[in-house]
Amino acid sequence: MSRRSPLQESKAVKWLLIGVAFLYIALILLLPLGTVFYEALRGGVATWMEAVTESNARSAITLTLLVAAIAVPLNVAFGLAAAWAITKHDFRFKPLLLTLIDLPFSVSPVVSGLIYVLLFGAQGWFGSTLQDRGIEIIFAVPGIVLATIFVTFPFVARELIPLMTEQGKSDEEAALSLGASGWQTFWHVTLPNIRWGLLYGVLLANARAMGEFGAVSVVSGHIRGETNTMPLHIEVLYNEYNFAAAFAVASLLAVLALVTLVLKSILEWRHRGAIAARGH
Amino acid sequence: MTAAALLPRLRRKRSAMPGLGLTLGISLLWLSLIVLLPLSTVFVKSAGIGWDGFWQAAGSERAMAAYRLSFGAAFVAALINLVFGLLVAWVLVRYHFPGRRLLGAVVDLPFALPTAVAGIALTTIYSQNGLVGSVLAPLGLPIAYRPAGIVIALVFVGLPFVVRTVEPVLEQLSKEVEEAAITLGATRRQTFLRIILPAIAPALATGFSLAFARGAGEYGSVIFIAGNMPYRTEIAPLLIITQLEEYDYPGAAAIAVVMLMISFTMLLVLNALQVWQRRRSA
Amino acid sequence: MNRRVLLLALSGLVLAPLASCSGGDSGKSGGSAQLLNVSYDPTRELYRDVNDAFARKWQAEKGQKVSFRMSHGGSGKQSRAVIDGLEADVVTLGLGYDIDVIAEKTKRLPANWQARLPSNSAPYTSTIVFLVRKGNPKNIRDWADLVRPGVQVITPNPKTSGGARWNFLAAWGYGRKAGGSDAAAQRYVTQLFANVPVLDSGARGATTTFAERGIGDVLLAWENEAFLAQNELGAGKFEIVAPSLSILAEPPVAVVDENAKKHGTSEVAEAYLRFLYTPEGQEIIAKHFYRPRDAQVAAKHAGRFPQIELLTIDKDFGGWGAAQTRFFSDGGVFDSISGGKSRSGGAR
Repeated sequence: MSRRSPLQESKAVKWLLIGVAFLYIALILLLPLGTVFYEALRGGVATWMEAVTESNARSAITLTLLVAAIAVPLNVAFGLAAAWAITKHDFRFKPLLLTLIDLPFSVSPVVSGLIYVLLFGAQGWFGSTLQDRGIEIIFAVPGIVLATIFVTFPFVARELIPLMTEQGKSDEEAALSLGASGWQTFWHVTLPNIRWGLLYGVLLANARAMGEFGAVSVVSGHIRGETNTMPLHIEVLYNEYNFAAAFAVASLLAVLALVTLVLKSILEWRHRGAIAARGH
Repeated sequence: MTAAALLPRLRRKRSAMPGLGLTLGISLLWLSLIVLLPLSTVFVKSAGIGWDGFWQAAGSERAMAAYRLSFGAAFVAALINLVFGLLVAWVLVRYHFPGRRLLGAVVDLPFALPTAVAGIALTTIYSQNGLVGSVLAPLGLPIAYRPAGIVIALVFVGLPFVVRTVEPVLEQLSKEVEEAAITLGATRRQTFLRIILPAIAPALATGFSLAFARGAGEYGSVIFIAGNMPYRTEIAPLLIITQLEEYDYPGAAAIAVVMLMISFTMLLVLNALQVWQRRRSA
Repeated sequence: MNRRVLLLALSGLVLAPLASCSGGDSGKSGGSAQLLNVSYDPTRELYRDVNDAFARKWQAEKGQKVSFRMSHGGSGKQSRAVIDGLEADVVTLGLGYDIDVIAEKTKRLPANWQARLPSNSAPYTSTIVFLVRKGNPKNIRDWADLVRPGVQVITPNPKTSGGARWNFLAAWGYGRKAGGSDAAAQRYVTQLFANVPVLDSGARGATTTFAERGIGDVLLAWENEAFLAQNELGAGKFEIVAPSLSILAEPPVAVVDENAKKHGTSEVAEAYLRFLYTPEGQEIIAKHFYRPRDAQVAAKHAGRFPQIELLTIDKDFGGWGAAQTRFFSDGGVFDSISGGKSRSGGAR
């Protein structure tokens, strides 16, 4: 393809658009990000190190990773199932199902925590049953996991559905007509086609799982070194006027997010040849 | 009463594709356990206070002002993101330039950064002694503790929704159609307006509605920059917190139900439109 | 091949965190006890010291190791968490009402809990003072100065913050004394809140807005928080102004009997709270800028705490139950002064 194909805008327009995109991203995203790092490192590297290795911070990091490690795979399984059902099949009430999948996006984080309190809290529907059996859900790890699953619920499915809709089902139909089983088709045809979208969804769900604040705050109980996730630990530090440490832990989350996102970009880039080869 | 028992009724016609029973079953089960059952609690809770009590809590003048602010700010923010999100997605997909990968990577930042951190960082920047605020405030453009601050926070929260829904579709868009249009003498602008825009419109609509719905319910990032003055800068989720603070769970649930229904209706209409459009064009 | 790479990436993402977080359980065994203290925001620093001192003392006296789990947050939110099942052995909250509600809704401690420990179950007190910027540029001396035009007042939202309720009642008390009637009091607080540009949801948020964002001329704050802010947020940047009249804030403490019984911690929980009343406990309390109850300790630190005429919640406002309903419930006084269409504070 030649550089000056009529499909390309003129150079001036192109660079103008790129410039605006950069400016917008800088104002909306990079400035806050920069602030986080600036505030985090203002006290020096030693302060930063101390803030992220101190025992309460360590337990918050551990808890955050644990919660994400449980919540994300569950939502991957769900996302794959939902996307398959919605994009490869036709049934009534499809818009309703789609909307219900989107719903957690639109539920206020405050409410997404509250609903689990109303369900499992001491005054809730199952509260006394659980209490009699000594099972702790709210104000313990299971409650935090549930709230996290709720807020990350749509991410994988939402990433896959538009992609799989766009791809259609001709590849799968071809495989099936050649005698492949359903599982084989999914495994050898669908999965390779959607792998980047899936990875994307996983990364996003993971990032959101680690960063969720509002919902988790309602169900956590805020016990220091025990049920505080990283975002909650940040709030604690901030409320202790320990701004440097608060931003240090925040910067760790930001780094975590950036690393996974860069990782994704690298993977994508290294396998671009393979993608192009399969392109339809 | 398993999900599988429901399936024959949901099935429109026998499809050649296998796995509907299994995948739809898993989807419905998981959906019911994680989303529907927990969400039903707010409906039951708010039903407990009757119609009058419900409207007293959810329909007060102050609540109305809060809905207007939450949904209004979310709408403006989603609109801004619709324009600039499309632009960012376009640049990311169509052009190669130094820093593209970086640009692509940071778009997801709002998903990852805890909302409270975002709120604090934005307040730091846009308050009257902050980096941007100190420039704008003397010009008579205060942002923090005003509705404008709320919009800024919601723009931050909503940006990835638009970019990430539009990007994959833009990527899949076949260039042949565009080429054909150009060959037939269409200008670049006509091609964009008549060919590209209609193709990505459903994705744009989805991105817009997700950003809007998410923005309306957002709490963590907004609460720091909002100012929280009743009737002026008090967002609806804060009212829910306020009700809880008085141990008025039904009142809190009533406001939650109102917000939920508005978002749900809007998402449903949009999804229905899209499915309908796809069927028609198929 | 590609699929394998993908799977590897996926499983790596999933497994790496899992592997890193096995083990690390807190031991509850043997001759040790563990107390969960559910407290409100401003006591973080106080209880860190109290816990250390009490653990040492208990170890020496009873030979038992005691460790603490601390939970801090807004007083009302914390009270709700206990109602919803957070199994606190002791609660140390911002105002009596928040513990009354726990007693009423859960029955896990008796309704007369406040009579069980000395001095209304409040081992320390505080009051509401003004924090102003260095040199007091707006010359703020007393409550009357807060309603002058052009003075911006920072206070958290009384609907969501316990501390802000004390602020509001102190202001009401002044308005009533100065004007001689409830109507005058209402006029005063209406004017006062018209001068408030931002309502943070909690006390610490309001302090940050005032100190870090540079908003407002005066912050209404707990006395102990004002001292802390002065120390933590830049010495010499702020001054404390004691008004002519304020309110006696009594943050109460209580054992949640049923929870403590269940955990087998009744004895140590009770001893823990009583420790707060000992001279050693009272010294720690004074060190963290709360006003001690013990006359001797109080006398020692008298220079630090200005003499202010103090109203009390029970004598002047008929107790927390009545005050909450009248002032802060839906449709209460605070709602009526925060202005709807009638007052239209902002443009539409």
